Amino acid sequence: MEYPDKRGYYGAFGGRFVPETLIPALEELEAAYLDAKQDANFKKELESYLKEYAGRPTTLYYAENLTKYLGGARIYLKREDLNHTGSHKLNNVLGQALLAVRMGKKRIIAETGAGQHGVATATVAALLGLESDIYMGTEDTRRQELNVFRMELMGSKVIPVDAGSATLKDAINEALRDWVTNVRTTYYLLGSVVGPHPYPMMVRDFQAIIGNEVKQQILEQTGRLPDHLIACVGGGSNSIGLFYPFIKDEGVKMWGAEAAGRGLNSGEHAASITAGRPGVLQGAYSYVLQDDNGQIQLAYSVSAGLDHPGVGPEHSYLNDIGRVSYTGITDTEALEAFKLLSRTEGIIPALESAHAVALAIKMAPELSSEQTIVVNLSGRGDKDVQQVAAILGNGGIKRGCK
Amino acid sequence: MGVNRLTKAFSARKTEGRKALIIYLSAGDPSLEMTARAVQELSEAGVDIIELGVPFSDPIADGPVIQAASNRALSSLTNLKKIIELVKELRSKVKIPLVLMSYYNPFLQYGIERLAADLDAAEADGVIIPDLPLEENTFLRESLDKKNIATIPLVAPTTPKERLNKITKTASGFVYCVSLTGVTGAREDLPPGIKEYLERVRDITDIPIAVGFGINGPEQARQLSPLCDGIIVGSAVVRTLHEEGISKTIELVKKLRQSI
Repeated sequence: MEYPDKRGYYGAFGGRFVPETLIPALEELEAAYLDAKQDANFKKELESYLKEYAGRPTTLYYAENLTKYLGGARIYLKREDLNHTGSHKLNNVLGQALLAVRMGKKRIIAETGAGQHGVATATVAALLGLESDIYMGTEDTRRQELNVFRMELMGSKVIPVDAGSATLKDAINEALRDWVTNVRTTYYLLGSVVGPHPYPMMVRDFQAIIGNEVKQQILEQTGRLPDHLIACVGGGSNSIGLFYPFIKDEGVKMWGAEAAGRGLNSGEHAASITAGRPGVLQGAYSYVLQDDNGQIQLAYSVSAGLDHPGVGPEHSYLNDIGRVSYTGITDTEALEAFKLLSRTEGIIPALESAHAVALAIKMAPELSSEQTIVVNLSGRGDKDVQQVAAILGNGGIKRGCK
Repeated sequence: MGVNRLTKAFSARKTEGRKALIIYLSAGDPSLEMTARAVQELSEAGVDIIELGVPFSDPIADGPVIQAASNRALSSLTNLKKIIELVKELRSKVKIPLVLMSYYNPFLQYGIERLAADLDAAEADGVIIPDLPLEENTFLRESLDKKNIATIPLVAPTTPKERLNKITKTASGFVYCVSLTGVTGAREDLPPGIKEYLERVRDITDIPIAVGFGINGPEQARQLSPLCDGIIVGSAVVRTLHEEGISKTIELVKKLRQSI
């Protein structure tokens, strides 16, 4: 059975829990997407942008130094950090922005946490001549100042959001309010596999290029499918992009690294699946961090891109059927991975991706050298170096190294 | 009573040649004691139906006034259970219909069957859930139907005719016509195309239709009243109660009452 079903459900999860005003727009969007998907010209145009503009395919790199350092399974890195704008986010943005143009929309809105989706959106808005407004929590605008500058440089307007925790969740709320108001003229370019149907499906499909490339590349390099796939999970777009093409390959184990922040028992984390319960947030039924009264709890992670109390409905489904194992990675573990990958391979990962690397660091030594792990390096860490430097303090990098 | 109490509230005004006045209050802003007092005094001032807002942390259909009110209500530790208890207490003192309005998750986490039983025991009359569209509301609607409690659906200016038909067929109590594309909050002007839109809804159903979102005061209420059976005022009342207190709120409500 292919998911989602006609109502946008992945097993018990998903759906379309939004104000009535948006329902016709979501139906229109779904129809437009399904139509575009069948259109050879749309496909060709998207492929051309992905190749010539984004620089795809990104490489699958055998991290020999890291592998030797850990002394276990062979670790391959899917280098989404080499994608234009420095993360996997562009894959989805190119697809949706071309769809927006096809639908005749001149204005796009987006939310952003770490700023990676915002930057990708601002980039494509500049490329295609679209007006774009990007909602970003004020807390995140502070943490990711340089990305605010990038977006503005490319002609987008960044709208700071003060409500709630002033992070990604609140930016999504505000983008939804904008969309409810301007639904007739505006395309909402959602950046992850969350929200009401058809977003989780559409974003997954645009990100599946990651897993499709990996499949081909690993077969070329090793002659067989990988044993383990690892990716970080906030909303879950880079992970679903890696996992989706392998779902039916039963021998391939899949692991999602959620942000455990200061620890799963600390109350300060963003591990929706590992530590949350199913509920409805921002248009979908999925695992959510919430209290007994159904109030959404504030998420916390050192990484702005994972700092979200919800997760895509397909992940909830994959968790419940046991196809993917989700596990928490703390701030400290992610920071150690950030340093270790930088030092061993000369690759500075995004703090989000560092969570996936951290899980590989834990797993690899326990596995034999015959085994292969593919880690999705979803973004580059340039945006995070100031923040990490501040956390580790002067000289802290040396002191902190094991 | 439930659906019947709502239906009677509309028909009573209709026989007078007038329209129902529906007021939204953020329950627990600033306290449930104040909400209890406001419900009693507003019903004496001529309000026909009161919507009690159950606070939710992520109110995506609300503008700044109700967002802030919800935050204040959450700060005073208001929750659905306490609000249902409040309705139960108020029932002996207040005869007008009381309906709960919130987002789906607080109801879902409370448990839908438990909700139906407790609303029935408290003699609450209906629920309004802005993020629970037709396709997702079957279980809740059927559970409440068994207790004769109204699931009041929302329709929007963007709702096409065929869909209006499907939604209104499942409606009980009244149909909540969202006046504009947007979130709650008083606006300077009435939205364009409002007349054609409300006529479209009117033509399709015999259930009372009430219009809300954006109505800033008596003058707009008066202008809209020929097009519907009831006027819903939320943010303007919530703001007045918060900033100017209960007596000014009663003045506003009396003016609204006279205007329709």
